[in-house]
Amino acid sequence: MIEFDAVRKEYPGGTVAVAGFSLRVPSHTVVALVGSSGSGKTTLLRMVNRMVEPTAGAVRIDDVDVRSVDPVRLRRSIGYVLQAGGLLPHRTVADNIATVPVLSGRSRREARADALGLLERVGLDPALADRYPAQLSGGQQQRVGVARALAADPNILLMDEPFGAVDPIVREQLQAELRALQAELGKTILFVTHDVDEAFALADEVVVLRAGAEVAQRGTPTEILAAPADGFVAAFVGAGTARRTLRIRDVEGRRVVVDGDDRPTGVLEADASEAAP
Amino acid sequence: MNLLLDALAWVLDPANWAGSGSIGARILEHLGFSAAVVAAACAVGIPAGAAIGHSGRGRSLVILLTSGARALPTLGLLTILGLALGIGLEAPFLALLVLALPPVLAGAYAGVESVARETVGASRAIGMTEWQIVRGVELPLAAPVLLGGIRSAALQVISTATLAAYVADTGLGRPLFEGLKTQRYDMMLGASLLVALLALAVELCFQALQSSASRRAAPHTGRPQSARPHRAALGARERTPA
Repeated sequence: MIEFDAVRKEYPGGTVAVAGFSLRVPSHTVVALVGSSGSGKTTLLRMVNRMVEPTAGAVRIDDVDVRSVDPVRLRRSIGYVLQAGGLLPHRTVADNIATVPVLSGRSRREARADALGLLERVGLDPALADRYPAQLSGGQQQRVGVARALAADPNILLMDEPFGAVDPIVREQLQAELRALQAELGKTILFVTHDVDEAFALADEVVVLRAGAEVAQRGTPTEILAAPADGFVAAFVGAGTARRTLRIRDVEGRRVVVDGDDRPTGVLEADASEAAP
Repeated sequence: MNLLLDALAWVLDPANWAGSGSIGARILEHLGFSAAVVAAACAVGIPAGAAIGHSGRGRSLVILLTSGARALPTLGLLTILGLALGIGLEAPFLALLVLALPPVLAGAYAGVESVARETVGASRAIGMTEWQIVRGVELPLAAPVLLGGIRSAALQVISTATLAAYVADTGLGRPLFEGLKTQRYDMMLGASLLVALLALAVELCFQALQSSASRRAAPHTGRPQSARPHRAALGARERTPA
């Protein structure tokens, strides 16, 4: 469990990145912080592994104040995935994945063997192990970034716009894979994105942030979509736009869903709970 | 033209390659002394430059040192140091160190500073210590620029180390100064030619070192993938979960 307790971040010069923020991220759930740039979402994320120290308030992991933990040890115990992977360009894929385990004293051979397993786990051919990041596609680099974050088997994963640098098709694929991975691993994931669709696709709970990390609304994706708290949230999630206002039209006995522009988006089936045997 | 032939004749004369103070011995002295100066410059300049590039503190010091020290005339400095320290290798060593330090320092600083901030930030965020970041990330990635600095220092030192013979009995400066004093211009020019050759040889070595460092710092960039066909490339799976 990650707990933000009235954290505040003020930079010298008076810029307030986070005015006062509290949140509990229950264990084994995915929480997404969404907001436009300048909302302080990345600052909040970086408070968890002490890349940013709050000016006031505290961040606790399983009731332990992170300030009481050595930052290097803390960071090694938390998986961190960032945009474009943040891989070391002069090291091979396997060495990149094995970085933290090797630093923590695991033998290079064992760590390498683990890295091959992790590559498979994130959907990559283990034959890529000896290549360099520059030889991989953006999507592959991103997967390696996820594999590296999983290498030390952390309970917590922090993800900072992890799929921001890849094209929409690969992004959707990566999101689907992360969901499958999470179903299997059950990590506690704190996720930062400016893409509300990504937040809805991945998170159990979504926190919509205004400037200064002020919480505009929090809830499940369904709750937020069904009842945006105010105009800001409604505009942010695109409520009322053609894409979000769907209608059903009967076409030869099938219920076709169309959007506000009358563009078909899919076919309505019975609800999963009704259909379940 | 005759002078040049005379100089070549002096260089190739087997008699000049024998005994104490032979050409071979002078070359070795020259190289050894230059190497010692460059090594000392690296011992001071690399840690200092890396620390400045890593922390971002002390930038103005680098700029001051590099522009200031480069304006110092080495011969003048050597004279002052020679007067203070007397005959021997100490004075030329220090004077040449002042010449060699700025490019090494600037190379280390510029190289480390040019490493992408995201790469450094990511390394810190996954739990590398500052020392591990400097050793394992910044210096390897800075190596091509750093080597450029050392290369420039080495070249300047080799061509200027002739001055050491001003106050010490060492290096290719000896036959150069001796030729000057005794009006044996074949000897003087021959020694100069050897210095130029040495500088060229060292330049070539550094070029090779630098390109190998570039390859290691940025493997497989800017090179067509097909240059080295990889079976894995064809079979790379973009799997979707079942």
